[in-house]
Amino acid sequence: MTAGAIARGAGPSRLLAPARDIGAVTWRNLTVLRRVPRLLLFSTVQPLVFVLLFRYVFGGVASASLPGVPYVDFLMPGVFVQVAVFGAMNTAIGLATDVQSGLLERFRSLPMSRSAVLFGRTLADLTRDVLVVALMVAVGFAIGFRIHHGVPAFLGGMLLVLLFGFAMAWVFAVVGLAVGDPESAQAAAFPVLAPLVFASSAFIPVATMPGWLQGFAAHQPVSVTASAVRAAVLGGPIASDAWQAVAWCVGIVAVFAPLGAWLYHRSG
Amino acid sequence: MQTEPAIEVHRLRKAFRDQLALDDVSFEVAPGTVFGLLGPNGAGKTTIVRILTTLLQPDAGSARLLGIDVHRHPAAVRRRIGLAGQYATVDPNLTGRENLRLIGRLSRLPRAVFRARADDLLDRFDLADAANRPVRGYSGGMRRRLDVAAALVSRPAVLFLDEPTTGLDLSSRNGLWGMIRELVTSGTTVVLTTQYLEEADQLADRVAVIDHGRVVADDTPAALKARLGSTVVEFELADGERAAAAQRAAAGLDGGVAVERTDRTVRVRSNDGSRLLLQLVRVLDDAGLPPVSLQVRTPTLDDVFLDLTADGRAATTREPAVAR
Repeated sequence: MTAGAIARGAGPSRLLAPARDIGAVTWRNLTVLRRVPRLLLFSTVQPLVFVLLFRYVFGGVASASLPGVPYVDFLMPGVFVQVAVFGAMNTAIGLATDVQSGLLERFRSLPMSRSAVLFGRTLADLTRDVLVVALMVAVGFAIGFRIHHGVPAFLGGMLLVLLFGFAMAWVFAVVGLAVGDPESAQAAAFPVLAPLVFASSAFIPVATMPGWLQGFAAHQPVSVTASAVRAAVLGGPIASDAWQAVAWCVGIVAVFAPLGAWLYHRSG
Repeated sequence: MQTEPAIEVHRLRKAFRDQLALDDVSFEVAPGTVFGLLGPNGAGKTTIVRILTTLLQPDAGSARLLGIDVHRHPAAVRRRIGLAGQYATVDPNLTGRENLRLIGRLSRLPRAVFRARADDLLDRFDLADAANRPVRGYSGGMRRRLDVAAALVSRPAVLFLDEPTTGLDLSSRNGLWGMIRELVTSGTTVVLTTQYLEEADQLADRVAVIDHGRVVADDTPAALKARLGSTVVEFELADGERAAAAQRAAAGLDGGVAVERTDRTVRVRSNDGSRLLLQLVRVLDDAGLPPVSLQVRTPTLDDVFLDLTADGRAATTREPAVAR
């Protein structure tokens, strides 16, 4: 047998094959949501509690620093971003579970596309983000959230939220592969997520924070994304924040996707 | 007709940090046979399987599967192997049928083919009734059968089974053994790791005994057993001095027996167990050395190690591996 004959793939659908592998793994990851719907329920309960707490408990205090803008309209864009970011924790937990169970080893011994496991995971989590974000939009409308800048801008903002969630999923794919068990994945993810989400403009205007924190809080990716989405909802200059947010997403994927691929391929 | 070996392993070495896992491992597996890798936990069996299934790269040495270099052409190797790992690696949230179809899909088989094979395997592995239930609700034995079935969806030329019967009840184990024999009849080459001498004896055409990352024996089960004797009589005396005297008395018996002693315990091996036992009881009685306890059994992995390794002391302190 020649090296050429060995290396050649099977069948005429060689170009389509990786896409089909990714589809199969994505379907597999989404099946969990159909079989164990409470997983989806739990991941919507937490943001729901956040929305209600922030809207009704902190709303009064926060409004004071937001002249002219109803707090709920300030809050909801931040909540959408927060939901997408926390959703990325599922990526870490999902991959770590597969590492621990040995399923990843089985996948690695199959003649499937090597990128399918990671893309299948991140795309499944993106699909889940779509569901959860849509639900939060509905909740937002129910408690008084209104869009002020037209539907196309709002939908563009939602696309940005999903893109950011997808980028964060790659960060947490790396975390999940690196730690290798779901409990550690959760423990490792939270200290990263909490400062990103709370030391940001997601829930509170950055101007209310101490000076030393403002530099970080104003420019970190969650804030930039939240500001862009907020501009898309409330009106105002969108472009600068939106481009920064897209740049963050591209940068994050450019760093973490190869890192994740390397961890996945790493043997021994 | 294939004349080259299905697997050629040449001087494999692998270290994990400073721990040497494989030390100069070489062996060959003839096509259409069952090759057993026998050894205790941590001996290096799984490391060998992981290298041969492209999951791990050796530090030195080479491995060829059906003439293909495992390290240089991993994708080609993956198209020709099936792997059932030490833990049943199936997705608990999918049904049995969905699990097999997923593996078929990811093995790049045409849809009609993997669907038919999934159904066929579910039948053969006695899982047809549970096929549409999520695996979460399966028993350990059912999961393990599904795991092996998953390794067979692609009809691999070489099948790797890493401790396939660990945790299986007797009837599941016998069923799995039957399937392995059937596969080999149809031309599949099987590499299986086990801690149980009996399992290697039942299934393998050839057995490599692995200890501390080295191949300490590579032979047919019959030859290994002939070396060991078919029966072990093990008895304990009140103290080491009496045990030493009993050991000398037992060594005088005819019938090609081997006698070992660790402290107060004497072990006598023979191919003619009943005759040995009669003689032994007589000799010990004559010498006034009544045993505190006595048992007659088939050789276990520990006995293989006592026989094959210089440091039998280390072997006996390992986790006991008992032939069932």
